[in-house]
Amino acid sequence: MYRYDTLDQNLVDERARQFRGQVARRLSGELSEAEFRPLRLMNGLYLQLHAYMVRVAIPYGTLSADQMRALAYIARTWDRGYGHFTTRQNIQFNWPNLADVPDILDALAAVEMHAIQTSGNCIRNVTADAYAGVADDEVADPRVYAEIIRQWSSLHPEFSFLPRKFKVAVTGAPQDRAALRVHDIGLRLCRDSDGALGFEVMVGGGQGRTPMIGTTIRSFLPEADLLTYLEAILRVYNMLGRRDNLYKARIKILVHSLGAETFAAMVEDEWHQLEDTGPALPAHEIKRIRAFFLPPTYEDLEATVPEFEARRRQDTAFARWCQTNLARHRRSGYAIVDVSLKPEGGSPGDIMAEQMEAVADLAKRYSFGEIRVTHAQNLVLPHVKLAELSAVWEGLAAAGLETPNVGLVTDIIACPGLDFCNLANARSIPVAQRIIERFRNLDRQHDIGELRINISGCINACGHHHVGHIGILGVDRKGEEYYQITLGGSSDETASLGKVVGPSFSYDAITDAVEVIVTTYLAQRCQGERFLDTYRRVGAQPFKEDLYGIAQG
Amino acid sequence: MVLLKGDQAAQDPWIRVADEDPVPDGASALLTYDRWRRDRDRLVLRNAPLGIILHSEQSPLPIADDLPRLGLVALEFPKFTDGRPYSHARLLRQRLGYRGEVRAVGNVLRDQLLFMRRCGFNAFELPDGADVGEWCSAFDEISVFYQPAANGPPSAMDLRWPAESPAETPVSVFGMRGY
Repeated sequence: MYRYDTLDQNLVDERARQFRGQVARRLSGELSEAEFRPLRLMNGLYLQLHAYMVRVAIPYGTLSADQMRALAYIARTWDRGYGHFTTRQNIQFNWPNLADVPDILDALAAVEMHAIQTSGNCIRNVTADAYAGVADDEVADPRVYAEIIRQWSSLHPEFSFLPRKFKVAVTGAPQDRAALRVHDIGLRLCRDSDGALGFEVMVGGGQGRTPMIGTTIRSFLPEADLLTYLEAILRVYNMLGRRDNLYKARIKILVHSLGAETFAAMVEDEWHQLEDTGPALPAHEIKRIRAFFLPPTYEDLEATVPEFEARRRQDTAFARWCQTNLARHRRSGYAIVDVSLKPEGGSPGDIMAEQMEAVADLAKRYSFGEIRVTHAQNLVLPHVKLAELSAVWEGLAAAGLETPNVGLVTDIIACPGLDFCNLANARSIPVAQRIIERFRNLDRQHDIGELRINISGCINACGHHHVGHIGILGVDRKGEEYYQITLGGSSDETASLGKVVGPSFSYDAITDAVEVIVTTYLAQRCQGERFLDTYRRVGAQPFKEDLYGIAQG
Repeated sequence: MVLLKGDQAAQDPWIRVADEDPVPDGASALLTYDRWRRDRDRLVLRNAPLGIILHSEQSPLPIADDLPRLGLVALEFPKFTDGRPYSHARLLRQRLGYRGEVRAVGNVLRDQLLFMRRCGFNAFELPDGADVGEWCSAFDEISVFYQPAANGPPSAMDLRWPAESPAETPVSVFGMRGY
């Protein structure tokens, strides 16, 4: 993992001190809420329905066991004993007192963390493939470049007041686990015909009220040019992005209105002129950062472990968990463990302080002290020996974290919704809970197979409903909560936006509607098809018929 | 209005001239871009300092050829959230090589001064009654800069990799802390 040097540490310490002064000015009344707002937003502090909310950056979703313990400490000391992991690999604390926030930032700084640029119209915390460094399909480790981008974008003097927020995601693998096509910029590491490392650069994806799939504006950008090219994109956007309408201010609207080719030409032109004055990225700096992300000292292990295989055969519960919550590690004898934060009765992404500590302990003991946060609001123990999977599973079970549903119908992405958020039109969490309860039967879940349900409480789409295989969007209909369903969305390398299937459903009818959709899929599917495959083959019609009756068409 | 130049309060010699008003003889005149375009032929014959004020949607690139004649380019922030002048300041300094005064006017906030200075602004119009010393303390709150910009101390990259050090190892004085 990356470790701060004195420069990195000074910046975070100074920033925490600066904010302590700003909070003092606010508490003394010297600053009004209107004057304080831009300052707190630069530090991830929102004012929500009931209280302040602080959003902590987890750069590219990578946490150490010690950092996880610090998050548990914060949750217990200054919040209500839990935290909420978000779709951007960050964590939110929903109940801090304003006067305590400077102490929270200090506690974060002590473990090389911060809340810088987790809100505001700036370059937000950069995200990456949660399986970075361990996925067996990886070309190169995206964390190296994500850290480089984290540094370059932190307190960037030119790009701290963009037309709108700006999100960058990086992956090193062909299989897209970072939703690149729905980011303002998506970067996919690849090699050219000479074997040199570089990036495919995608721009202009996004969700919100005008969802769009990003366009590739450069198929290969040499790694040394990464920062100057990003600077060129950001400069074109900063100067030309719309500022007259909040809802048309994202870069996707600019790319769409200019046309991707014209936009790309403007970026290239700006980039060529920036070559001398832009931020260089020398090979020795890439090497310095890469050294932090070298693989841990793995043991040479057999690819099959008899005890593990035996337990899988004998213990159905363990076998089920292995089926959904393990992914192939690039190293023989190791597995990637997904830890589901979607238990029955829980809120997607929520985790208690004690559970954070349990994960930290397991990471320390069995996963080289490393933890990841996924964009689906789950956690990952990235390097677990096959021989130790039993122990890890038992440890997770003791903490109530063994839910065997990763990638299944109950592994729901949901925003906080009307229970917490002052933008929401409708509740998200109780809808997720009802669906999870309806599909609680594990045999049934496993029979249904891979199915992503994403729920947003309003058009801002924090719950990524546009890219859910089944997307659910809360809307307000004459003061009542209603839910619109989209089908066929996906955020992977075959990214697509879901299409509205028909009229929306009431709060009490939405769970039944989801069940009808699942039943239709099961009736329609061919051997081996996932929900998305079936939907793409048969289209929306059978689903419409079953949801609304033939007459609807 | 209080004028801050560098880190000191200063007298402002510039007179802002409305588009319909005559340009005063012998005085430092700050004109809009439209006025400059309209009367350029006459104004270049004038024997007193000229400055141009650009609104946030006006790029400095169209006045590139005029810069040697200008003693001041003022960039206006209509709202503090309008970040275009940051890019325009960098273009002035780094692309067009302008070395005169670049002044931030409009909705200038204390907590943005450092960003402005790093982008090449060297003068700032503060609101009436601003305590210059207090505002200037904003310059000292952050001392680490990850990016090269138009102005300011060396970037983290420069400090980690000084030109004279061999390209094998970064400067070792920046030790790492344990948790």
